[in-house]
Amino acid sequence: MGEETTGPLIALRDVSRVYGEGEAEVRALDGVDLTIGEGEFIAIMGPSGSGKSTAMNIIGCLDRPTGGSYLFHDVEVGRLDRDQRAILRREYLGFVFQGFNLLPRSTALENVELPLIYKGVPPAERAARARSALEKVGLAGREHHQPSQLSGGQQQRVAIARAIVDNPMVLLADEPTGNLDTHRSREIMELLVALNRDDGITIIMVTHEEDMAEYAHRIVLFVDGRVQSEDYRPAEREG
Amino acid sequence: MLWETVRLALLAITRNALRSFLTVLGVVIGVAAVIAMVTIGQGSSEQVTSDVESLGSDVLMLRPGSSFGGPGVSETVAEFTLRDADALRELSVLSAVAPVVNSPATAVYGNANSSTTVTGSSNDYLDVANWTILRGRGFSPAEESSGAAVCILGESVRQELFGNADPTGETIRIKTVSCDVIGYLEAKGAGMMGQDQDDLILMPIRAVQRRLVGSTDVSSFQLALAPGVSADRGTREIEALMRERRRIQIDEADDFRVMDMAQIASMLTSVNSVLTGLLSAVAAVSLLVGGIGIMNIMLVSVTERTREIGIRLAIGATARQVLTQFLVEAIVLSVLGGVIGILLGFAIAFAAARLMAIPFTPSIEIVGLAFVFSGLVGVVFGYFPARRAARLDPIEALRHQ
Ligand SMILES: Nc1ncnc2c1ncn2[C@@H]1O[C@H](COP(=O)(O)OP(=O)(O)OP(=O)(O)O)[C@@H](O)[C@H]1O
Ligand SMILES: [Mg+2]
Repeated sequence: MGEETTGPLIALRDVSRVYGEGEAEVRALDGVDLTIGEGEFIAIMGPSGSGKSTAMNIIGCLDRPTGGSYLFHDVEVGRLDRDQRAILRREYLGFVFQGFNLLPRSTALENVELPLIYKGVPPAERAARARSALEKVGLAGREHHQPSQLSGGQQQRVAIARAIVDNPMVLLADEPTGNLDTHRSREIMELLVALNRDDGITIIMVTHEEDMAEYAHRIVLFVDGRVQSEDYRPAEREG
Repeated sequence: MLWETVRLALLAITRNALRSFLTVLGVVIGVAAVIAMVTIGQGSSEQVTSDVESLGSDVLMLRPGSSFGGPGVSETVAEFTLRDADALRELSVLSAVAPVVNSPATAVYGNANSSTTVTGSSNDYLDVANWTILRGRGFSPAEESSGAAVCILGESVRQELFGNADPTGETIRIKTVSCDVIGYLEAKGAGMMGQDQDDLILMPIRAVQRRLVGSTDVSSFQLALAPGVSADRGTREIEALMRERRRIQIDEADDFRVMDMAQIASMLTSVNSVLTGLLSAVAAVSLLVGGIGIMNIMLVSVTERTREIGIRLAIGATARQVLTQFLVEAIVLSVLGGVIGILLGFAIAFAAARLMAIPFTPSIEIVGLAFVFSGLVGVVFGYFPARRAARLDPIEALRHQ
């Protein structure tokens, strides 16, 4: 993956994802076209079952399309095997999952260090980088708390710290504010905005909430496995 | 990275300490059994060897019956008598002939008593069996020929009846027989099979025959070869004499057996190696069961931790890294079991060595072997669950629960 790229960062062309066969066939994605450039902040909205999470999994290289083409940085992801996609994920992508998905018996610091362990970063450097990621999300001093000792908003921040600890190109967040009250949700959104603005991280976020989608540059609306509309927002917005 | 993985594995294991321990119990027992058996086996063969050496290679034993252990169940074999002893004394290849008859009995002195074995023999027995009289004297010719009620005590019997006092000149009672103590023996300690050699009372054989067993049988002979006579030649001459005396036809097999010390030693060590083999089989089965236990618990662990595995895969762990993690966990688990087993096995062997008064001979080879074996159990039985973990689909795994 060289620096000289011609196409956009992310390009989905007529992407479909079909689960099951015959009678039980479900077309979770049915001809999705979507282009995302570097540095964008995208919000994906749509009714339940419209294929948002499926699209996120494909963009995040956890899954492969059953039809169409997905180019990440001009690389056809559909042709990569499991391990190649795993390496792509850990080198370029950061995930914030719906429902946090932290390791319950590990401390905040250990959770944030996890992606670095698999990259083979030596322990001292790992701890230092994990600390600074936690600091960035406003959790300095909570390094040694386990998830159960943290509030929902704090757990979500740990999840974000884990996603950004290796300076990803793209941050994918599936309903990052789903379990939080409005106040906490706004804090998380401001954090995402800052990461996008200050660190140039491309952010793709799924949300059900109109208010949260307002923070994005563009709102993509999914209906029945297709992109129904794309709505560009005025970029000017200060938290 | 590997150390990291081992550390992670240890963490996962200690989080469930009790379950982990129960899981590896099979490996612990298997390894402990192997270590204990091999160590005890080595110690006792060392003991047998040194005992045989101390007895000297110039001692033969003559017993009735064609097998090592004495007459077989279906065999009716004429017992030896003291006339055989006289005939044996005529042989120039022998320097000492000790007829032996044993009788279990309880000896009483005052309030103290001791259940022991009374060995009826002659003064020659002291030479052949390497006994030293620490205090007192041996049997006089008159006492031997008349079967006088006199006795020489082994150290254990002396301790039980007299403590540290001098027993010579006292009278003890053996069954209904009053018996004058004329001396006591120097202590020998434990014998080849761990028995207490000092737990005996010596009496003239005629006294034991007449007063304790009520027969004229001699159950075996202990014989010393004359200087310069080989065990083979001695054996040949004794066999010729006995065949003649027992009127065994040319085409008939011996109904007695002459054994030299090498044969006795190999008999004892072969009993040992049969035991060791048997227990090794038990240990192997136990290791197998232990391995299946580990596989079972690792499979449970993979299911329980499906979500965790999903997270690890999603944030960039390769299948190989997950496989390694679970495999290392299984190996660490079973090697831990192996280490506990090694320590336990040595503890058992040490206690047994003390009890049997044999040397405690821990060997580094067996430790290495047990280590490798328990690691192997981890690899073999940990691979399948680890592969299952590595093959999980990250999305499915994250969706779990
Ligand atoms: N593993 C699967 N097997 C079969 N069908 C699936 C699978 N995953 C998703 N689907 C189906 O695909 C469709 C899209 O699911 P998806 O999870 O992408 O929806 P979503 O837009 O994220 O919904 P929500 O807002 O509820 O999270 C749904 O009809 C769902 O039932
Ligand atoms: Mg969803």
